[in-house]
Amino acid sequence: MITFGGSGRAVHSRVAATGLRFSFYAALCVVLMFADQRGHWLDYARYALSAAAYPIQLAVDSPSAAWHWLRENFATRETLQADNARLRAANRELELRTLRVEALETENAALRGLEAALPDVAERWLAAEVLEVEVSTLRQRVIINKGATDGVFKSQTVLASGGLVGQVMRTGPWSSEVILITDPEHAVPVQVLRSGLRTIAVGQGNTGVLALPYLPVNSDIRVDDLLVTSGLGGVFPAGYPVARVLDVGRDPGQPLAQVHAQPLAAIDRDRELMLIWIRPGHPAAPLPGEEAAR
Amino acid sequence: MNVRVREPRGALLLSAFIALIFQVVPLPGWLSIVRPAFLVIVVIYWSIAAPRAGGLIVPFACGLALDVFRGAVLGEHALALTLVAFLTMRFHLLIRNKPLFEQALIVFAVLTLYEFVIWCIDGWSGHTLNSGLRWLHPVTGGLLWPIFYGVLSRTHRPR
Repeated sequence: MITFGGSGRAVHSRVAATGLRFSFYAALCVVLMFADQRGHWLDYARYALSAAAYPIQLAVDSPSAAWHWLRENFATRETLQADNARLRAANRELELRTLRVEALETENAALRGLEAALPDVAERWLAAEVLEVEVSTLRQRVIINKGATDGVFKSQTVLASGGLVGQVMRTGPWSSEVILITDPEHAVPVQVLRSGLRTIAVGQGNTGVLALPYLPVNSDIRVDDLLVTSGLGGVFPAGYPVARVLDVGRDPGQPLAQVHAQPLAAIDRDRELMLIWIRPGHPAAPLPGEEAAR
Repeated sequence: MNVRVREPRGALLLSAFIALIFQVVPLPGWLSIVRPAFLVIVVIYWSIAAPRAGGLIVPFACGLALDVFRGAVLGEHALALTLVAFLTMRFHLLIRNKPLFEQALIVFAVLTLYEFVIWCIDGWSGHTLNSGLRWLHPVTGGLLWPIFYGVLSRTHRPR
């Protein structure tokens, strides 16, 4: 047997040991995968690991955070004034729009025969900042800087200023992963606001497009129709805007229409997202006990 | 005769950490598709150049870190990365003595194997994505291998 001078270790035993160790690690990986996939026993381990990953996520985010900080701190007087004027105008417009909301709410309650107007479906809001964006054709996810210690929970609705953005997929102690509505693995139950038609909007792996693949050729849908969440599926509350129809292709030879819609929220540009807590028992709240819409 | 060679453990851990950051840092659109698998290439390099420095525990730990960052099934990247490290360690003497061009081809093949393992596990765990774009990063990885080799071989005393 060949040995290294004096060490007494055989060449072959070293190679065999590597093979043995590899089998050990491979078996460990397979056990981990089964435990994670089939049993969901590893939720605590994942929770701890995502806590360990949080500093690295912060480090990865630090260049863009520094850039934003610099831009905010060295903004010129002119840009600030322009921003201020724009925000004032937007605020005035919103004020004018909400002037009649209270009157409409009481009217609506009267029409429905209710004692008092219903409160908003969202009970509480929390603003979260995007730490890390993973936007490619394969995955559309973002990491946000709010986690289970802030009360964030799995399959919570995530909104941005324009409309629906996605849902919380996994929570860590200080951060959580949000799957966007444009992820190829995500589908949102939607309703056409104009006609009440219900369907499903599926992500395409492109931040600008959602597909509506399950609509018959003769269905009542037009370009510029607004799609809102339908409240079915048990995840999203009803009535939040999702997307606007971009194009409707009707080929008489095909049973289904080719419909595409553009998400209303600026999914790849917004750094600030809103998490909402739904008032339980509200008519617009998703029905509990239903399977998640993933 | 029994010369103790200092294993470049510090360089290994530091380069693996930097590669992890490069692999998860968000990049826009096409860049994120053609981005080489930094961490996998670094693991391949160290398996060839210093197979006894990290053993299999470092590839395993790197794979788990990738699983956490990618939100994949725990053990997915760990298995693929351990397999890649084992194969390259097993044949490190053969690969080490090849010219850079042939090494790049081998790295391309190994990266494709890595992606194949990931693809299989993705299919098993129900994340099937029929996009051909996932097979693109081994090409860039193979093309950039000489650069990785040049940079990483400067961090330790080659044998």
